Amino acid sequence: MNQKYTPMILGAAPFSRRRFVTGVAAGGALLSLGINPKRGLAFKAAHAEPQTLQGNRFGLHIGYQEVNFTGHRRIATAVNGTVPSPVLRWREGDRVTLRVTNQLAVDSSIHWHGILVPSDMDGVPGLSFNGIAPGKTFEYQFDVKQSGTFWYHSHSDFQEQTGMYGAIVIDPRQPEPFTYDRDYVVMLSDWSDEDPKKIYAKLKKFSHYYNFRERTVGDLWRDLESQGLKQTWNQRAMWNDMRMSYRDISDVTGHTYTFLMNGQPPADGWIGQFKRGEKVRLRFINGAAMSFFDVRIPELKMTVVAADGQNIEPVTVDEFRIGVAETYDVIVAPKDDTAYSIFAQAIDRTGYARGTLTPDPSLRAAVPEMDPVPMLTHADMGMAMDHGADFGQPITTGRPNFVSQANGAMDHSMHDMDDTVGSAAGRAGHGSTEPIIHRATEFGPQIDMRAENPRSRLDDPGVGLRDKGRRVLTYADLRNLYPTPDTRDHEREIQLHLTGNMTRYMWSVNGIKFSDSEPLEFEYGERVRVTLVNDTMMNHPMHLHGMWSDLESGDGAHIPRKHTVIVQPGSKISCLVTADARGTWAYHCHLLYHMPGMFRKVIVS
Amino acid sequence: MKPIKKHVCIVMLFASVGVCTAALAEMEDDPVLTKAMIGQLEMRAASGDNPLVWDDVQAWVGKDLNKLWLKTAGEHIDSRIEKLEIQLLYSRAVATYWDLQAGWRGDLRPEPTRDWFALGFKGLAPYFFEIDAAVFIGESGHTAARLEGEYEFLFTQRLILAPNIEINWYGKDDVEVGIGSGLSDIAIGLRLRYEIRREFAPYIGLNWSKKFGNTENFARAAGQETDDFQWVIGLRAWF
Repeated sequence: MNQKYTPMILGAAPFSRRRFVTGVAAGGALLSLGINPKRGLAFKAAHAEPQTLQGNRFGLHIGYQEVNFTGHRRIATAVNGTVPSPVLRWREGDRVTLRVTNQLAVDSSIHWHGILVPSDMDGVPGLSFNGIAPGKTFEYQFDVKQSGTFWYHSHSDFQEQTGMYGAIVIDPRQPEPFTYDRDYVVMLSDWSDEDPKKIYAKLKKFSHYYNFRERTVGDLWRDLESQGLKQTWNQRAMWNDMRMSYRDISDVTGHTYTFLMNGQPPADGWIGQFKRGEKVRLRFINGAAMSFFDVRIPELKMTVVAADGQNIEPVTVDEFRIGVAETYDVIVAPKDDTAYSIFAQAIDRTGYARGTLTPDPSLRAAVPEMDPVPMLTHADMGMAMDHGADFGQPITTGRPNFVSQANGAMDHSMHDMDDTVGSAAGRAGHGSTEPIIHRATEFGPQIDMRAENPRSRLDDPGVGLRDKGRRVLTYADLRNLYPTPDTRDHEREIQLHLTGNMTRYMWSVNGIKFSDSEPLEFEYGERVRVTLVNDTMMNHPMHLHGMWSDLESGDGAHIPRKHTVIVQPGSKISCLVTADARGTWAYHCHLLYHMPGMFRKVIVS
Repeated sequence: MKPIKKHVCIVMLFASVGVCTAALAEMEDDPVLTKAMIGQLEMRAASGDNPLVWDDVQAWVGKDLNKLWLKTAGEHIDSRIEKLEIQLLYSRAVATYWDLQAGWRGDLRPEPTRDWFALGFKGLAPYFFEIDAAVFIGESGHTAARLEGEYEFLFTQRLILAPNIEINWYGKDDVEVGIGSGLSDIAIGLRLRYEIRREFAPYIGLNWSKKFGNTENFARAAGQETDDFQWVIGLRAWF
C-alpha cells in the first residue's frame, strides 16, 4: 500500500493481567478449547496466529502490521498485530468493555457484526459515532445479550480488506443443545496485495478488470459445433443485447485475491487437530471483502447447528454457501483416523481457501478439484422461466426488461409511491405476495437491469451449486430451533430494490446511491416486513445493523434470525424486523466495493 | 483563441490529468477519478518515412455520470506533426451504456486551423459494439459527421483481435485543408493485441484507409496517397 505508513510499536494491552490467552502455543489451532495445550500441535504455522482473548475487559490496538500472504511483503491494518484479528471470547450476560486504540495514521473504527448493542456502540463512523481518530482510544461498553458465533471488523475506509476482521465467540448461559469435543473458528477471507483504493478505482474505470473468464472465440466455435448456429445465436442473444456476461460472477477474483482460512493461504492451509471419535464444532465466518465461498469437507457430512450465531434445527449437508459476513456453525464427526480437507472454493471458482482436519499433523488429505466455472441463468436475471426450471442451463430464449429497449414500455405510474407498498398479505414467515414495483428512480443511466419476475428462491442453492449431486444447504433449510420470538404479523412492508450498473460500477438502493438518499424510518417497537428485490446479476449480502432480520424461510412458527441475508441475483426475499433498538443504524450490502452506494441509514424512533 | 495558447491549455490539461491519476478512489459512492487511454499509438509501414500515428487517445476526469473528456488524434511524420485534432468535451451519461458528449473540436494541423462545435454519443451498443458517433458544426456553415466503431474477438483472455472502422463525412469543400464535401474517407483496421496487463497491450495489425470524392481529388492533386494499405505496430495502454 502506498498510504502513509507510520510505524508504531504495539503497546502492551492495558488489561493484560485480565487477558486470558489460549491457543497461542497451539500452532495451527486457533481455538483449542478443551485441549491440554501441552499436548502436541507443535507444528509451525506460516503466519502469526491470532490470540484468543477472553474475559470482559479487552484492550485492542489497531496498527500497521507487515504480512506476507503471497510471497510479497505488504502492510496490513491489524488488531493487536495479527491477521485475522484476535478471537474475542465473551460470555452471555456479561458487560464487556473494549478499549480500542487507533495507532493508524487515519481514522478507524470497529463494528461488532451481528451484536445487539446500543446505537452509539455500533462503531459505524458518521452514524454511531465519529470514528476513532489517530492516536485516540474509544471505549466500547455494552451488555452481551446473545450467544453464538459472530465477528467484528473495521467500518472505516477499506480497512476490512487489508486485514481488520476477527471472530467473536459468545458462550451461552444455558447449556447448548448439541455436544462437541473440540471447537474451532474457521475464518474465511480474501487478501489482495493491491491497495483496495486501486481495486475500487480499477472497477470504476474498467468493471470487468478482474474477470479472466470471458467468453472466447474458442467457446463460440465449440458452441457452434455442438449445437449449431441457431441455438448458439439464441443462447447468446439476450446477453449480447444486454451487454452483459453470464460469466460475470464476482467483481474481484482470484486474479488479485489469495483466499485465506484463519489467515493461512491455500499453499499452507490451516490445520485443525482432532482425535478419532471426537465431534468437532467448526465456526465458519466469512470475513471476506468480496468473496462468497462454497464450503465442503469431502467424505464428511456437516451438521449445521447455527446460522449467524443463532441455533437452528440441525440439518445435515454436504456443502453450504457462505455469503460475505454470514456465519455458520457445523458439527462434524470424523469416524476414521484420517485427514480431511476443509475446502472453501470461491463462488467464481478462481481460487479457494483450504484447511485440514487431521488426527496427526503430518497427515494431509487430497485437495479436491474446483468445480467448473458457474454460468448465470434465466432465473438469475429475474426472468420468467420459459420451460420450467432451467437452473444450470445457460439462457436460451426470452427477454428480460433490460434498459435500452424496454424503457418506453414501462409503466411509470407507480413512481409517486413511497416505500410502503402494502401490508399483511403474505403470512408471517412465508414472505411477501405484494406486487414488485420498479419506481421512477430505477430508470436511468445508473441502472442496467430490472428483474421483471423476481421469485423467492429460498430452495435454490444458487449459481454454480445446482445439480451438483451434493446436498447443499439452502435458506429453505433454516428453521429456528426455538419458536418465533416475535409472532406478530407485520404492520407494513417496505420494498427495497438492490440496483446498479455493473459497467459503470455504480451501486444503489432503488436506483439512489447512499449520498443522495433519505434515511429509512422505523417506528420503535413496530414489526415491519422488508422485501429485498435484487435487480442485478450479483449476489448481495444485505446486513441490517442493530436488529435481527427474521428470515421468512417458510415456517411461521420457527422463523430463523439472521444479521446478513443473501439476496440472489434476480430474486426477492423477505425478512421481518422488530424495530426494538432506538437510534441510527446502517443497512447495506456487505460487499465492500458495493457498500459505498448500496447503503441506507435507518432511524428507529 | 490563438493556436499557440490552445496548445498551452491542452498540454496543461493533459498534465493535470496525469497528476490526478495518482489519486485513488476513496470509499465514496461517487469518487472523482481520472482515466487516460491510448487506444492506438502506432508506427505505420509506408513507402517513405514511417509515420507515427495516434488515434483514440483520450483522457477524462470526473464522476460516475459527469466527466470532462479530452480526445486527440494525429500523425507525426518526418519530424513534423502533419495532422492534429483535439476535442474537449463535457460528457454526461444519458443511458445505461451511453454518454452524450458536447464541446469543442479543433483541427490544429494541417493549417489553417479549424474550430468546430462537437456533439456526439459514445457508448456500447448491443452485441458489444463500441460506438462513437458525432456531428460537428464549424465556421462559415461547415458541417461534418464521424462514425467510429470497434469490436473485440477474444482468442484468449489476453489475445484480442479488434476490428475497427472510422467514416468521415463533410458538408462543404474546404480546399485549404484538403477536405471535400460528401463522404471524405474511410479507415478500416484490424489489430491483434496481447494484454500483458489489462492496462498495457502491444499490438500488430493492418490499416486500410481510402479517400473519396473531392477529398480524393485534392489529395491526388497534392501528390498524396489516396488509398493506403499499411502494416502497423503499436501500443494500447490506459491508466
